[in-house]
This record gives sequence, C-alpha cells and structure tokens, in this order.
Amino acid sequence: MESNLIIKDKQKNKLEKAFEILKTMASKPSGLIGLTIVLFHVVLALISPYIAPYDYKAISPNTMLLAPSAEHWFGTDSLGRDVFTRTILGGRTALTVTFFGSLIALLWGGLLGIFCGLVGGKIDDVVMRVVDAFLSIPWILAMLLIVSLLGTSTEVLIPALGFFYGKGIVRVARAATHDVIAKDFIVSARARGHSNMSIIWNEIIPNVRDAILVEGAMRWSWMLLGFSSLSFLGFGVSPPTPDWGLMISNARGLMSFAYWSVIAPIVGLSSLIIGINLTADAFAKALGIDRSTKAPV
Amino acid sequence: MLLLILKRIGLGLITLFIVSLITFVGVEVLPGDACTTYLEREAYGAALDACIKRLGLDVPAYERYLDWASNVVRGDFGYSLSGEMPINEVLGPRVKNSLVLASVSILIGIPLAIVLGIITALWRDKLPDIMISTITIFSMTIPEFISATLLILIVAIWLGWLPGIVIIPSDATFYELLSNIILPVVAISMIMTAHMARMVRSSVIQVMASDYVQMAILKGVPYWKMVFRHVLPNALLPAINVVALTIAWLLGGVVVTEVVFNYPGLGRLVIESISNRDLPVVQALAIILASIYVGINLIADLMTLMLNPRLKSLQIRK
Repeated sequence: MESNLIIKDKQKNKLEKAFEILKTMASKPSGLIGLTIVLFHVVLALISPYIAPYDYKAISPNTMLLAPSAEHWFGTDSLGRDVFTRTILGGRTALTVTFFGSLIALLWGGLLGIFCGLVGGKIDDVVMRVVDAFLSIPWILAMLLIVSLLGTSTEVLIPALGFFYGKGIVRVARAATHDVIAKDFIVSARARGHSNMSIIWNEIIPNVRDAILVEGAMRWSWMLLGFSSLSFLGFGVSPPTPDWGLMISNARGLMSFAYWSVIAPIVGLSSLIIGINLTADAFAKALGIDRSTKAPV
Repeated sequence: MLLLILKRIGLGLITLFIVSLITFVGVEVLPGDACTTYLEREAYGAALDACIKRLGLDVPAYERYLDWASNVVRGDFGYSLSGEMPINEVLGPRVKNSLVLASVSILIGIPLAIVLGIITALWRDKLPDIMISTITIFSMTIPEFISATLLILIVAIWLGWLPGIVIIPSDATFYELLSNIILPVVAISMIMTAHMARMVRSSVIQVMASDYVQMAILKGVPYWKMVFRHVLPNALLPAINVVALTIAWLLGGVVVTEVVFNYPGLGRLVIESISNRDLPVVQALAIILASIYVGINLIADLMTLMLNPRLKSLQIRK
C-alpha cells in the first residue's frame, strides 16, 4: 500500500517536471515560437487527410501550372495537382520517418554509448574506432548507397536513418557517462555488488538522460534535413507520395514562371526545421545544457 | 610532442583502414554485386561473365579486398564501369573543381565568420547581435537545397544578375570556373559562416567572462587593446576544431549544392555514380571523402596543439 503511494507520487512528480520544463521552454520568445511551429505541424500532419480539398495524386491536363487563385490557394503544379493539398500532406511522411528514426538512433546510440563509457578498456577502444570510421564517411554517400541497393520504402529508410544518425549519439552518451562514472553513488553501487545492467538502468540512465534527449532532439532536425535532401535528390520517398523535398525538386525546373509550386513546400519544410531547432535549443536551455559550442556532427 | 603527432597520424590511418573495410564489406553484404547492379536486367550470359572477369569478381572476397586495398595505397582505384576508363581519370578534374569551390568558400567564410562572431559577442543581446544571430540561425537550419534554390530563384530568375546553373565541362580552366561559381560559393559559405560565427560568438563570450579579462578591465587596459590582445587569441583557439568539423560536415552538404547548381565536382560525381550503379567509383569516393575528413581533423588537432602552449607543456609533463 505504502509503496504504491510512493510510486504514484513519483509519477506525478515526473508529469509535473515535464510540465515545468515545457513552461520554462515557452517562457522565452524563441522557445515559444519553436513549440508553436512544431505543434502546428504535428496537428496539421494528423488532420491534413481530412481537410485536404483535392486528391493529392489527381493529375489533370486542364489545370496545369495555374497561378494561385480562390480554387487553388497555392496554384497547381506541372501535372495539374493542387499544390495546397500536396503541401499540407507533405509533412506526414517526413515527420513519421524522422520521428521513428530518431527514436531508433536514441535507443541504440544511447545504450551503446553508456555501455562503452561504463565498461571502457578494449571494447570501448574498438567501438569508438568504428564509430569514428563511420563518422568520417559522409552521411549522404552511405545513405544513398543503402537506399539505392535496398530500395526507398519507409521500412528501409527508418532503420537506415536511425542507424546513421545514432553514431553521433554514441559519443555524446559516452562522454556523459564518463562524467558520472567516478561519482560516489556509482562506486557504492559497484561495492554493493550490482551488475553492470543494474548500474546502467538505475544509476547512469537517470543522470545522462537529459544530455542524450537534447542530442536526440537536435538529431531529429538534422535527420529531417537529411531525409528531405534524399527526397530532393530522388532517393527518398517515391512519387506520387506528397513530400516537400520531392515537390521542390520537381517544381525547380519550372520555377521561372511557376514559382508558387516551389515556394509552398519550401516554406513548409523550412518552418518545420527551424521550429524543431528552436524547440531543441529551448529544451537544452531548460535542462541547463549548453549546446552553442558544439560542432554539427 | 613528436610522439603525440605520430599517435594522431596512426589513429587517422586506423580509421581509414576501418572505412575501407566498411565500404568493402558493405558493398559485399548488400544484395547484388557490382556487375549485377550495374547491368541490371541484362545481367546474364556473356555480358555478365565478361563483367565478372574484368572486375575479378570470380576470386574470393578477401583476396579481392587485399588486391583492391594495395592498389588504393598505390593510388590506383581501378576501372569505372560506366565510363569504361580508369577511375583516376574520372576523379582528377572533379577533385580540382571541388577544391576550387571549397577553398574559395573557405577563404570567404572563415574571415567573415570571425568578424561576425566577434561583433555579435561584443554587442551581445543588442541590435547587431539580434539581427546577425537571427540570420545565422536561418541560414544554418534551412537545408542546402532550399537556400540554393531560393538563391537561384531570387538572384538568377527574378533579378537576372547571374547565371542560375553552371554550364561548364568538368575539365574547365580555373578562370572559367571562377566566373561561374559565385552562386554556389554564396550558398556554401552562407551555411559554413553561420555555423562558425555562432561558435566564435559563444567562445568570445566565454573568454570575456573569464577572470583574466575582468582583471585586465580592472587594471584599466583599453577596451580594444584588451579585445585584440587578450580575448581573441584565447577565444579563437578552440574554434579551430569546430571549423574543421564544420568543413568536414559540409562534405555531405556540398553534394546537394553541387547537384542544384549542376557543378561538375566530387559531389555530383557521388550522385552520378550511384545513379549509374557504378560501385567501384562509389568505393573510391568513400575512401577519398573519408580521407579528406580525417585529414582536416588531423590538421586541426595538430594546429591546436602547436598554438596552445598549455597543451604542449602538458604533454611533456606526461
């Protein structure tokens, strides 16, 4: 009975803490703007199939390259498809793929980093060499190779992105683990005879969680950038799926007289990436982690 | 000191060795070998046999790796499938073009980043800082292909000042290149400058808050003398490593920028070779790009080491 109460109390504290963090994030204008943009995009991604005025893949020769009007708010593209419809649907794939990709990256990168930091020695050396090697291959080359050999379905893209964006998290998690590893509570847990797994779960994770979460939030925006670059290059989602990167690349050739079909997806993608970035920065500041001196790797 | 330098170089070489293993194993493990991916539906009969023979795919994988690796060490990357010529001949002009693009961007970007970083730090939270910082955040976060597309739309199409895409052969002369690379250079240095300026800013702010700067202020050292004599040398030192990482990080972004502007550099070759499913070229590119990354980081490490007297003495004491 009593232990139940304590657990409930703990959960309430967690919720309160999360709320507190959100409040700190929203207290600064940049954080508030970021949160609003992200929330707007998430809501839009959820409801867009129900509010889209046209069919996103309906091709019509009669409505090719129409300028913005009352019927077609953002005009139409070179195949006569409504740009407004495609723009509000364009974030769905990107958000889903990068969200789950970031989760995978956080999980494997975080756990491997913590493990390496805790164990040290030979295993640590070898893993870090391999991580360094992966870091030195440009992400775009590796992603393109994987995608061109395995295909561009989301089942390939999510794990591939998750794998490639997790290697940087390994470093961050390892460094954060090194910061706590010499603290007294870990030494005493060792002395009590706890196993490595138990030390990781009960002692290290609560202490490095903030640093890893912040890193994950930042990776999310980079992954979104990477994903849309892939789409732009023609190696991401396949047509006619509405996707911002793909839309920009298709409309680019005709932008000298049909700029609207390029501007709409550009605004969509840029605002989402800026929103995530501002949110991640505010998140880091709310947790008291300084990211400004870090390089974008 | 010498020992430390040798150790760094050794670590770099080990990293490159692992990269070569990863690319080789990666290509082996992923479905399809170089011949079947390249020939696609025509991968049968005499054509397939000829291709397999030419690439030596009929010998065991480890022998092929040793063979390939020893050739790469000697600077020979083998034959390109689609071009039917030595990869070195394909790479040569591309490397030159990318080097021109990168060095011009760096020459513009680094000084600009330092100046902007210092301005934003010294006028922290004042109007210049707020304006410049907002612009840097924008140019940092917006994807390369979007800023490049917008540049073409505004400067080339709406204003008509500059050509929108680069239409030169890959073996163009240096002067032909220079007149064509204005927009790509702007696109690349914009992002690079933004990253570095932010780094310089926070570094200068950190040093400005340190005890010895407070001491200098109290002693009555003139403001600008203090900035140039005491703050900048200490603030720019840690920036070297970040500059290196930023340049290396841009290797990926340059691919996209080169595609948008149709620039005949290494980046476009990455896309071309992958679209043509030319795996030998892809492998060569992976090694070259990884070497650039490792090389830049190595130089940055050594520079920090040389320039920082504290690190030097630390190593000697060890």
